[in-house]
Amino acid sequence: MDKIHSLRQVAAIKHSLFEQGYLDEQFIQLEELQDDANPNFVEEIVTLYYRDSSRLITNLDQTLERNPLDFNKLDTIMHQFKGSSSSIGAKKVKAECTLFREYCRARNGEGCRRSFQQMKKEYATLRKKLETYFQMARQAGPKETAFRPK
Amino acid sequence: MAITGEIFRQNLTEFLEESPSGSPELHVLAVDDSLVDRKVIERLLKISSCKVTVVESGTRALQYLGLDGEAGSLGFDSVKVNLIMTDYSMPGMTGYELLKKIKQESSVFREIPVVIMSSENVLTRIDRCMEEGAEEFLLKPVKLSDVRRLKDFIMRGKAKEVEKKSLKRMRSIDCSPPLSATYSSISLPCDPSTSLLSTLSSKKARL
Repeated sequence: MDKIHSLRQVAAIKHSLFEQGYLDEQFIQLEELQDDANPNFVEEIVTLYYRDSSRLITNLDQTLERNPLDFNKLDTIMHQFKGSSSSIGAKKVKAECTLFREYCRARNGEGCRRSFQQMKKEYATLRKKLETYFQMARQAGPKETAFRPK
Repeated sequence: MAITGEIFRQNLTEFLEESPSGSPELHVLAVDDSLVDRKVIERLLKISSCKVTVVESGTRALQYLGLDGEAGSLGFDSVKVNLIMTDYSMPGMTGYELLKKIKQESSVFREIPVVIMSSENVLTRIDRCMEEGAEEFLLKPVKLSDVRRLKDFIMRGKAKEVEKKSLKRMRSIDCSPPLSATYSSISLPCDPSTSLLSTLSSKKARL
């Protein structure tokens, strides 16, 4: 019974992540690539994403300190960030990346800085929520065993 | 009928690698500068029962294929690649540049289908790639259904080649079964109609 309750909680967290627009369909696509031999594939990919993102955020921070701003470089870095965010289904982060790139194209430095701050917030929020989600999913264990007779 | 089946299988393995279990596998070379995307495409391909080699740049891809101009004594025989999937936007050599380099090569390499993947749906970009000989242009993030569709298409193309070759061989060893019976025994179980094949082979971009 405990197990089923945990699984329901995990499902609820996941549902809200989608409802609130943090994740999109791509996340589900990734989950479908998991199997018994690769049960933690999504978490592994997301961990790679964090590593990649940290590097890109540092790069953006440094590039935004330059004077004058190198908008082409900023756009290129953000293109990468948008790409990997899209690959894991990080919907809100991806939207902020798009906005940032629009400011780059408009050569709007202030807009870039603002949207970068916003993007970092979204990224931090997503990261926290996903960490909770994966932790609960791990605790609940694999779905199949919940319904196997003891 | 058992004879023709065996000839078909033998011919198919000339084109494809053999998996540890002995069945023919499609070998895909995937090129992407993004670590996350490399992992995802690798998984998509493995789940679709393909052998996968993933590299991070066009330069590495050319090196792997033995096309980088370095003296390679092994040549093409040691590396059988049935499909190349490359990201478009990469630092250094773009996917488009890689595509061009491959299509400029000798007939063996030029034959390898190249698929471009891109997160940006830019018509001029798509047109350029298709004109240069890309098999297809996929919008990222790439889905399992994209990979399956691609694999089906490549396998059917291979089957057609193998059918032709098997027929030639059978004629040379003077097999007795009539032609119509031969065709049905060596066509794939799913037996694609020619109209479906021509739809797949027309170079349409998936938008």
